[in-house]
Amino acid sequence: MTGLWALFLGAAFVDNMPLTLFLGLCTFLALSKRPESAMGLGVAMTGVMGVTVPLNWLIYQGLLAPGAWAWIGMPELDLSYLSLIAFIGVIAATVQLLEMVLDRFFPTIHAAFGAFLPLLTVQCAILGGSLFMVDRSYDLAESVVFGLGSGLGFGVAVVMLGAIRTRLSYADLPAGLRGLGIAFILTGLMSLGFASFAQMALSQ
Amino acid sequence: MAPRTDFWAILTEPLIRQNPVTLQILGICSALAVTTSLPTALTMSVSLTVVLTLSAMLISLIRRHIPDSIRLIVQIVIIASLVVVIDQFLQAYFAEISRALSIYVSLITTNCLVLGRTEAYARHHAPLPAAVDAFGNGLGYSLILIIIGGTRELFGQGSLFGEQVLPLASEGGWFTPLGLMLLAPSAFFLLGGLVWAIRSWRIEQAEAPEHASPAQARAAE
Repeated sequence: MTGLWALFLGAAFVDNMPLTLFLGLCTFLALSKRPESAMGLGVAMTGVMGVTVPLNWLIYQGLLAPGAWAWIGMPELDLSYLSLIAFIGVIAATVQLLEMVLDRFFPTIHAAFGAFLPLLTVQCAILGGSLFMVDRSYDLAESVVFGLGSGLGFGVAVVMLGAIRTRLSYADLPAGLRGLGIAFILTGLMSLGFASFAQMALSQ
Repeated sequence: MAPRTDFWAILTEPLIRQNPVTLQILGICSALAVTTSLPTALTMSVSLTVVLTLSAMLISLIRRHIPDSIRLIVQIVIIASLVVVIDQFLQAYFAEISRALSIYVSLITTNCLVLGRTEAYARHHAPLPAAVDAFGNGLGYSLILIIIGGTRELFGQGSLFGEQVLPLASEGGWFTPLGLMLLAPSAFFLLGGLVWAIRSWRIEQAEAPEHASPAQARAAE
């Protein structure tokens, strides 16, 4: 149990997706202008990653991993090179499904962040989560925890950046630094802060 | 489209004036992750440019046959197949660099730059201009990667392409490597500074302020 908790905290803070691994930066920067949209993005990320990482684990272990077809007598069949295409398919389908479910049962939530749900299909953080899951050979429980943790870490980071940027929109910045430039420097400072979590993990 | 397409303009426009990384905010994820040293930055640039050019060409070739409703899936599958080919090629011939790049080669699939260009340009243009536009964007992306990768390797390790340029203090020289340059935050700072520099030089790229200062507001009244 402590192992899973450590994995959760590690995925959320030490290996924070946008700040230390540089994943999902496009949406991270594009949707952090307001805390409200940032909040929607964070919730959607947690939901989608919590579902797709374990789902991709099942598909990878059941169909693609070397030796997965041993039970019909083809133990040396290795389909792992197909995993990229399979993962993208699963993610696209999950996002579509999530959108339809939300639209049908929770129209208010859907209206709140419906516009950028489809964008999550091409979110590097989501695909990256699934690829890391294969790379680090997690088991099913670990992949659920890892998916939820990294989604939550992304959400925390994006809401914080959204809050800072709202305040900064009243500041008098040099013209060239306005918007994207200052967003990068802020992200760098936040990343410096999150780097201290790595020290905490080491000293444990 | 004009009768004679100006290929030179299409090719050079994305280098600085319409740079994909600093102006269009596309493909930042990989731009920052792989730039701790020049060789990885260069490999990534070449892989991305190849995938981008080929996918733009392929999608432009079949642009009249893709139904609008499923075009995203078709585009992603084409891009993903190309990325698998590049990934296998790197693993076979450049095993060391492939390990250093880890999952970031596979992540070219979801690189917003590739999908963004095919969606915005290749879908409406003939194969040749589409390929030139994609190649130009690839070059613009590579330019940023090489600048950042070069700076980080030079100041982080005192070397370029693994060759020692600045003599290290630990080996009797004068240069003490800046450890921060190899960590994540420095990539953000460098890119932020680069954006600032480019936008100060080409002031038309600067974003309009969201709120006017009180003095300006009074002047407007």
